[in-house]
Amino acid sequence: MLIRGLAVLLLFQFIGEGLSTSLDLPIPGSVVGMGFLLLALGLGIVRVEWLKAAAELLLSHMALFFVPAGVGVMVHFDLIAREWLPIVLATVVSTFAVMAATGWTAKSLSIRRKDGC
Amino acid sequence: MVADLVAGPLFGVTATLTAYALAQVLYLRSGMVLLNPVVVSVAGIVTLLLLAEIPYTHYAAGGRVVLFLLGPAVVALAVPLYQRRQEILAQKVPILAGVAVGAVTSVITAAGLAWLLGASREVVWSLAPKSVTTPVAIGIAEKIGGVAPLTASVVVLTGCLGAVCGPEFCRWIGIREPTALGLAIGTASHGIGTARVLEFDRIGGAVSGLAIGLNGLLTAFLLPLIYLVFR
Repeated sequence: MLIRGLAVLLLFQFIGEGLSTSLDLPIPGSVVGMGFLLLALGLGIVRVEWLKAAAELLLSHMALFFVPAGVGVMVHFDLIAREWLPIVLATVVSTFAVMAATGWTAKSLSIRRKDGC
Repeated sequence: MVADLVAGPLFGVTATLTAYALAQVLYLRSGMVLLNPVVVSVAGIVTLLLLAEIPYTHYAAGGRVVLFLLGPAVVALAVPLYQRRQEILAQKVPILAGVAVGAVTSVITAAGLAWLLGASREVVWSLAPKSVTTPVAIGIAEKIGGVAPLTASVVVLTGCLGAVCGPEFCRWIGIREPTALGLAIGTASHGIGTARVLEFDRIGGAVSGLAIGLNGLLTAFLLPLIYLVFR
């Protein structure tokens, strides 16, 4: 079951990467693949039972896959060091601003819908 | 002999998994959010590379293998999205509006603040796509005259920030509902933030994953237009 699930996931990533590269899409292949897999699940072409074990394994350890990307930052440390203050300040403030803006927007809209207005 | 071994993929994969396993134990035992496993693993590996004078390219041979799994993991986000499709469809208006507001806020605050603080032109445009997932952010940065490696670094920094204090910050400002919390963290800090949400909530994690895709799509269309106006 695990291998079947991984094979399906890789197959959809392959389709996604292929489309993203050949059509020069601004979205990465894996995200395109996610969209197609969602479609295939909805149409009943792929059964969710095939994917459960593989998806569980990958999603519960997703943070691990970002570690190499983090280590990659050290190579470009000089780029950040040159203008570190605006870079760090803008990044920190902006990240919190986005969380507040998105969270409050979603919250206020969903509450309004529940009230029936 | 040992030098050859360190140059191969075995070293990078072993170092990454060992660092992460240790960091996870530390994270669970201490219960401190600041000791986020990604941040601690990265710090540990960088220290090891610097102290042992191992070139980054040696580590990257194995790092690429671990990073490769990110692709199928992103595809796998379709599974929780499919399982919770009814709840998500019922919330489509708040979800779409939340991501749209977040995407605009991200570009304006990141680029605007950097510009106000006197950052150079390249830095301002490199920061603009900071909340978008790495491959998309790099693609956008190249289109608008940013420095791709700087964008990649800022994207990772943004992700770690959201992973370390995102859930705590959201609860503190009154965002507790799982969909809104996942959406906020996914929009602001893409996959690294999503990974943290997935640790404690599957529906929030699924929505967070959806936000990565939507924000990437929106920013990829929006930012080149903003660039045409302000360049």
